[in-house]
Amino acid sequence: MDVTRQIRFVWKPLVFVVCLVPAALVVGDTLQITGALGANPIEEIQDRFGNWGLRFILITLTVTPLRQISGWNWLVRFRRMLGLFAFFYILLHFLTWLFLDQELLLSAISEDIFERPFITIGFTAFLILIAMAATSTNGMRRRMGRRWQKLHYGVYVAGILGVWHYWWQVKLDASDPAIYAVLLTVLLGYRLWRRKRKLAAQQSRNQHGHRRLETP
Amino acid sequence: MLIRQPADICPSEITSKASYLNRRKFIQSTVFASGSMLAGAAAGAIIPEERRAKLAGVGKSEFSTDEVQNSYTDITTYNNYYEFGIDKNDPFRHSQEFEPRPWSITVSGHADKTGTFDLEDIVKPHALEERIYRLRCVEAWSMVIPWVGIPLADIVKQFAPRSAAKYVVFRTLHDRARMPGQRSRVLQWPYIEGLTIEEAANPLAILAVGLYGEVLPNQNGAPIRLIVPWKYGFKSIKGIVSIDFSETRPRTSWEVAAPREYGFYANVNPEVNHPRWSQARERRIGAAPEGGLQSIFGAKKQPTIMFNGYGEQVAHLYDGLDLRRNF
Repeated sequence: MDVTRQIRFVWKPLVFVVCLVPAALVVGDTLQITGALGANPIEEIQDRFGNWGLRFILITLTVTPLRQISGWNWLVRFRRMLGLFAFFYILLHFLTWLFLDQELLLSAISEDIFERPFITIGFTAFLILIAMAATSTNGMRRRMGRRWQKLHYGVYVAGILGVWHYWWQVKLDASDPAIYAVLLTVLLGYRLWRRKRKLAAQQSRNQHGHRRLETP
Repeated sequence: MLIRQPADICPSEITSKASYLNRRKFIQSTVFASGSMLAGAAAGAIIPEERRAKLAGVGKSEFSTDEVQNSYTDITTYNNYYEFGIDKNDPFRHSQEFEPRPWSITVSGHADKTGTFDLEDIVKPHALEERIYRLRCVEAWSMVIPWVGIPLADIVKQFAPRSAAKYVVFRTLHDRARMPGQRSRVLQWPYIEGLTIEEAANPLAILAVGLYGEVLPNQNGAPIRLIVPWKYGFKSIKGIVSIDFSETRPRTSWEVAAPREYGFYANVNPEVNHPRWSQARERRIGAAPEGGLQSIFGAKKQPTIMFNGYGEQVAHLYDGLDLRRNF
């Protein structure tokens, strides 16, 4: 089996199943097979899905830097799946809030979205992820051309809004969201640093080119 | 770790109303006979040192609610007590090694009887009462909890506060070795809470020493804690080691931590939202009688009631006070 087929038929299904484990554990704990959800099941489910959504955003954002540093180009083949899992968990987080927490009560839902800033930004991040998930197919990517890349830079915005949303809703102790914030800063900082270096290299190439022209 | 389910019989069902009233009469007669507050020692509240020991001679109270009580497991594994960690089951997980006895309380400030008193001596003059109260957390969840305690007013009276005493200020034990949560600076230690002297005199306010007819568990504030059921839970300070009769209003722990979000009064109020979430509704932990989805995920949210439903007893304390500003 060549590498492409091996990734497609062995590794991808394997990673897929592993990514489903947190969701399976929520189901298992709800049915009290694998554990229990505790005294406040809805809050527990909502927190777990939200946390996994953020973790998958960070994991997805790790793919490119890791590929560039290590040279493992096959990593990119997992990127879309990991990104879709981020969307999957945020979607479950949203649905838990909508159906279980707010019980589909329209007044409470609109009050939450429009009057609670931490929910407004969380909801905004969710809208960005919907747009990205909806355009994640090969066909959409081809059709959208350069706009596709622009739209999918939205993951940076979604990541920032997501961590902010988490930070804002904790009562006092922000040590957990702070860990996400540090990781996100490193991942986005790496990209900025790389971009700057690339621009500097381009500029110095241009300058050198100039000098060469001027030399008789 | 397994937690034993509470006995099916509540202490409130054990002591009959008649014998309770009888005992009250007896206590009153001895108090008046000797003409001294402390002679009420006949009431003789005793807090055993063993964990989960049954409390004897617990009377009923007309202030108790007949709503469905939360299970012992819910009450003892899901609560806030930052001295033992910030997650809801940290108090349960990290307080098991805590030794709440021996225990003493230092009384200071504008009162005739100040000094350091053993817990035994503070509770001895009083009778224990069961108070089944609603508890509304500022995080918008609630429980119904059968506390056992002593009216705060009776204990305050015992120290003979003077007229300069406008506030009663409580402090929690500050001991990083015994309370691991205090190694983090999430709050300013020691935890400080306070009431106006009028609030402290309100018959609803108690100092609790028991839960479900047994000695108060560590995670719920052993050996002695405040319960003010018309205020958000964080006002009901746990593990009390000092009581100060003060002329000035204290800056309470949560007020210091986030003054825009938590105020001194902290009365349960569905009309004044927390800056970041709504206080209009609350999730009653546990209760899920309807079956179906609710038997798995818990009951639907219910509307929050002004003063947590205790307005009849406490609303007059706040006449003329703008509760929107004094949240």
